Amino acid sequence: MSNAKKILSQKQYLNPLLAGLLLGLVLLMTFVITGHGLGATGFTTRLAAWIGMYVAPAATNANDYLGGMVEEGKPLNAWITWQVLGVAIGALLSAFLAKRIHIQLDGKKFLGGSMRPMTALFGGILAGFGARVAAGCTSGLGLSGAAVLSLAGFTFLGTFFAVGLLASRFLKEEK
Amino acid sequence: MTEILSGLLLGAGFGFVLERAGFGNPNKLTGQFRLTDWSVFKVMFTAIVFAAVGLMVLEQFGFVDAGNLFVPPAFLGAAALGGALVGAGFAIGGYCPGTSVVGLMSGRIDAAIFLLGLLLGTVLFSSIYPSIEFLTTLGEYAKADALPDAFNISSLSIDIGMVIAAVGVFVLGSWMESKSKGPVSSQV
Repeated sequence: MSNAKKILSQKQYLNPLLAGLLLGLVLLMTFVITGHGLGATGFTTRLAAWIGMYVAPAATNANDYLGGMVEEGKPLNAWITWQVLGVAIGALLSAFLAKRIHIQLDGKKFLGGSMRPMTALFGGILAGFGARVAAGCTSGLGLSGAAVLSLAGFTFLGTFFAVGLLASRFLKEEK
Repeated sequence: MTEILSGLLLGAGFGFVLERAGFGNPNKLTGQFRLTDWSVFKVMFTAIVFAAVGLMVLEQFGFVDAGNLFVPPAFLGAAALGGALVGAGFAIGGYCPGTSVVGLMSGRIDAAIFLLGLLLGTVLFSSIYPSIEFLTTLGEYAKADALPDAFNISSLSIDIGMVIAAVGVFVLGSWMESKSKGPVSSQV
């Protein structure tokens, strides 16, 4: 018991091989139980539709992309909503046990210095838009798509890493 | 009910492991693109290979029906363009969509801003959808959706190739980490 407690409150990040095996196990179990993999932007898209339902109901209903999701009035009623809620709970639990919860604006050193809020916002917009073009994100199409050996999954990962490498060259590290 | 439970539990496992790996930390995540911290490659490759081999074995024993697994359609142009945009967003913003949830739960305000950006990007996409709908079906490869069918190779051969590639990633990554500042630790 004390051993388990020690592991759970371990402050160092987990060895990547072990983390990868555990992530692979969760991914495999997800495929066995649900027939599909893990995701994220399936939820944020539904969340956008849900917010739109209240903020701009007419425009959301008429929208070609989001309209279908709000037709029955419950855009969040989907497995992916529970899965992302689970991600939040699991991450909170892990960070809490490892005493890693700090309210902070992180990433200034490598991602824009005092412009950090702008890089976070702009990066989010690019990722949100891109995930809709590809119909998936790093989790849904990259990770899950590659696990079923799909061409789309590997193609996504290829350009994801190539452009990520290139884009990060334009960001200067703050000394 | 079982659907809610499976979503919550599998999601919790996903989130817990991502946080443990340090993937709520934008400095660590983007270290992959600066080539000083190879954790993202190492974790992703290991997970993909484990799940791919696991699925192959379970199919052999009849525990999984390959026909029931979701394989994303081969709109390769759309996947390439979307991958490029998500990659740029990751390098600039510090997160991908899933890891931004992990960053937010460990108290990171920049992760909350990234999530707001995700919603804005989605709204932007939706608002101009009729004129860009063609992007989502760009470059369809009609012959096959998955590697084994496309190249007429067995899943076993592909899995063996992926294991070798993963070992290569660990060797190359660890070497490059030793030549630079190395992995970002949790004590920053």
